[in-house]
Amino acid sequence: MPLADHAASVPVVVDDAKCIAAKGCTVCVDVCPLDVLAIDLVRGSAYMKYDECWYCMPCEVDCPTGAVTVNIPYLLR
Amino acid sequence: MSTPKTETLEADVLVIGGGTGGPMAAIRAKQANPNLRVVLLEKANVKRSGAISMGMDGLNNAVIPGYATPEQYVKEITIANDGIVHQQALMAYANGSYDMIRYLDSLDVKFEKDGAGDYAVRKVHHMGTYVLPMPQGHHVKKVLYRQLRRLRIGVINRYMATRLLTTPDGRIGGAIGVNTRTSEFLVIRARTVIMACGAAGRLGLPASGYLFGTYENAANCGDGHAMAYHAGAELANLECYQINPLIKDYNGPSCAYVTGPFGGYTANNKGARFIECDYWSGQMMLEFWRELQSGNGPVFLNMTHLAPETVGEIETILHSNERPSRGRFHAGRGTDYRHRMVEMHISEIGFCAGHSASGVWVDERARTSVPGLYAAGDMASVPHNYMLGAFVNGAIAGEEAARFCAEVDLPEPDPDAIAAEQERVLAPTRRTDGLTPHEVEYKTRRLVNDYLAPPKITAKMRIAQERFAEIRDDLNALVARDPHELMRALEVQSILDCADMAAAASLYRTESRWGFYHYRIDHPETDNDDWFCHTMLFKDSDGAMRHRKRAIDPYVVPVDATEMTAYQNLRIVPAEAAE
Repeated sequence: MPLADHAASVPVVVDDAKCIAAKGCTVCVDVCPLDVLAIDLVRGSAYMKYDECWYCMPCEVDCPTGAVTVNIPYLLR
Repeated sequence: MSTPKTETLEADVLVIGGGTGGPMAAIRAKQANPNLRVVLLEKANVKRSGAISMGMDGLNNAVIPGYATPEQYVKEITIANDGIVHQQALMAYANGSYDMIRYLDSLDVKFEKDGAGDYAVRKVHHMGTYVLPMPQGHHVKKVLYRQLRRLRIGVINRYMATRLLTTPDGRIGGAIGVNTRTSEFLVIRARTVIMACGAAGRLGLPASGYLFGTYENAANCGDGHAMAYHAGAELANLECYQINPLIKDYNGPSCAYVTGPFGGYTANNKGARFIECDYWSGQMMLEFWRELQSGNGPVFLNMTHLAPETVGEIETILHSNERPSRGRFHAGRGTDYRHRMVEMHISEIGFCAGHSASGVWVDERARTSVPGLYAAGDMASVPHNYMLGAFVNGAIAGEEAARFCAEVDLPEPDPDAIAAEQERVLAPTRRTDGLTPHEVEYKTRRLVNDYLAPPKITAKMRIAQERFAEIRDDLNALVARDPHELMRALEVQSILDCADMAAAASLYRTESRWGFYHYRIDHPETDNDDWFCHTMLFKDSDGAMRHRKRAIDPYVVPVDATEMTAYQNLRIVPAEAAE
């Protein structure tokens, strides 16, 4: 069967003004147990690429600049 | 067809899974023999992987001199599991418990101590005293990571093991893994393999419908159970599901083990207690379920009666450890422990020896039924393991594997088996249309809820088997558009294997046992004449799923018949009814 792309709201929010991915930081991407974060090379910041979050918070706690916020996924809120 | 990029590595001890038991197994194997090549393979990143990604708020099964003896602990866990335990393994754990606590303490893991510097142990279990709070337990993973680095253990992150390799004579030979970001292969030839892959935590579908809104770290999807099964290892008592009382919708612990010693308790919608003990057992879950059915639901965790300072202390522990986002969840709904009870619910099913009893069979030396293959933690069959059990049994596995290495050669891998596995793994990447991993997973897990969740009904479980067989055909249409989706496509195959195992194991045991965990409507009584035994599930040489009974080894700690029923009387009888 052909595939469709679904849009989904994602719980992890990254503040571009604080994110230092452009300087080579990948801490949040490295620590995510579900590997759902990625670096947007054009914007130079991290973002949540896959809506597969365990809302566990290492990305937020380990971020050196406080750029990451983990929200509770909408379906659970 | 392109040949996948493949690297080959050799190890004496290969540990699969870098959460809790895995790192400890690697540490102990290396300490036992520093010359061994110890490799730790992890699907995520060892820094933050597994069930204790964000630390742990306490030890739930500490056997500490002055508070409990190993004999008392073995007896309590035997009773809590209706007698179906391998006591020798419980005793090995209990005997190692205190030494492990002191070892962790020496590594700077923080435990609660009283004014005199003694461990401040609390009572949560029905009979004994085994809970040691860890208000500053958020740094456990950092402590483990430091040791791995210090001992120069080879850590390989972001590789997902997909199958174990075995020799023609049935011994372990290593494993094959795939990179979750590049889909490159890694073949690890190994003298011994220790599996510590966690629970099968993505088996049932959470009530929220969110696939990753699980109790377990959602990375723990049953890969270990599936790999052990395909390698010919036996799995024990899988019909003894894990089902937990959790915060409704959030699906994490509320947590009665932390709040109980402060005076918190489980209550019905009238604010009344209905169970004598909040320690998780099948019998406790049965009363929980009955309360939900009775019209007295929902069930809550009540802390509204506690002093504000006490609640503040509880918040500090619960909102900084294990599942810290629960504080954020409560804030979003305006739930303040001081004024409103926390609504709880019954979780979806899973396999997890951490809180329940089922998993890959291991003896008191962490040996599976495959020579050279060990298992520890949530995926191995030692009941009510919790975090400390993963550490202790991981340590046992590490020491045993180190010893076994000296006796065996490095096996030669079978190139045909590797090629076949690479084809199985890559199949979803060869398609451009078909079914996505998400939808196949959703459907499988939704059917698990519909047909396998207790109360278990024979006719429903047979329908489940028909649906699962159809989904097995659908696997031939799975599509993965990138390495990440390929990881999910492989995971859903493990999830389906676990769903099949859950159905088959539940149908095999024609009685009811472990309270709600194996409550069969068609066989409502416990039948000790026919079923006072372990049930073993395994893959036969013809590839079919088979079962056998395994007799319970003679107890090392005798249990009186009168004591054996202690966990079957958890419901509080109202005063007027008792008269």
